[in-house]
Amino acid sequence: MIQNDYITCRELIGFLADYLEGRLTEEQRHEFDRHLSVCPSCVNYLDAYRKTVALGRLALTPSDSSAQGRAPEGLLQAIKSARRN
Amino acid sequence: MNGATATADYDDAGLLARLRSNDEAAFDELVDLATPRLLSLARKMMPSEADAEDAVQDAFLNAFKNLPGFDGRSKLTTWLHQITVNACLMKLRSRRRRPETSIDSLLPEYLPDGHQKKPQKRWHEIAEGGIEKAEMCELVRSRISELPEQYRVVLVLRDVEGLDTEETAAVLEVTLDTVRTRLHRARQALKALLDPYFAGDTP
Repeated sequence: MIQNDYITCRELIGFLADYLEGRLTEEQRHEFDRHLSVCPSCVNYLDAYRKTVALGRLALTPSDSSAQGRAPEGLLQAIKSARRN
Repeated sequence: MNGATATADYDDAGLLARLRSNDEAAFDELVDLATPRLLSLARKMMPSEADAEDAVQDAFLNAFKNLPGFDGRSKLTTWLHQITVNACLMKLRSRRRRPETSIDSLLPEYLPDGHQKKPQKRWHEIAEGGIEKAEMCELVRSRISELPEQYRVVLVLRDVEGLDTEETAAVLEVTLDTVRTRLHRARQALKALLDPYFAGDTP
């Protein structure tokens, strides 16, 4: 939009989620990439942000299939009997 | 009336009809079918296993009570998912064991010209597998638990449960913009909490 002027770190970081979700226009994306090409700190921020999302998912997703399998029998029975009472 | 989808891996409409006619076996089937998934959800939102199980039990009792009013436009499991989120939120709100910390101190600070006050250090590559992974996951879980509830819940629903912005907004009864803002702030805050462990030369 403004030639030779870069968007700021604040602008870039403020729209990071939109950037990753592909919600920016081509022009906005171009400005993001231009800023990233000259700002190692924002490149690191973007990388850390991406890894944070991945880590959150990894940490809270059960590593075995137990969550998709059986729940504790005691809980199942407690729910069933609570309904009947 | 009948909103069961072709993608259902069980007979949603059939089960609903049996529930409506007070078929005892149908209630047991629903509990067996839905509990593992709902418990997995509640474990992500609640601080302990006992709290998670309590929330799931509350959710089912609410669901059974409100079954006559269920319009059947969504799948039973989707409806139960929403009720479980609400049961978790109710439980969390009723406690408030510790005051919620402001998230602002975990967000990046900027200079007047809009650039970052403190340059972001590069993160290590994330280790895969082994004991390290288990420890890392425990660390991340404990940091997620430090996030204020309204941010943690959005992070769980969007980034872990895989709900989209619209679905999350509907469950939490907030606007799409609120979901997007909270998600972005939650991720930024979690990143800041994890920075000491993953950024730069600190182990």
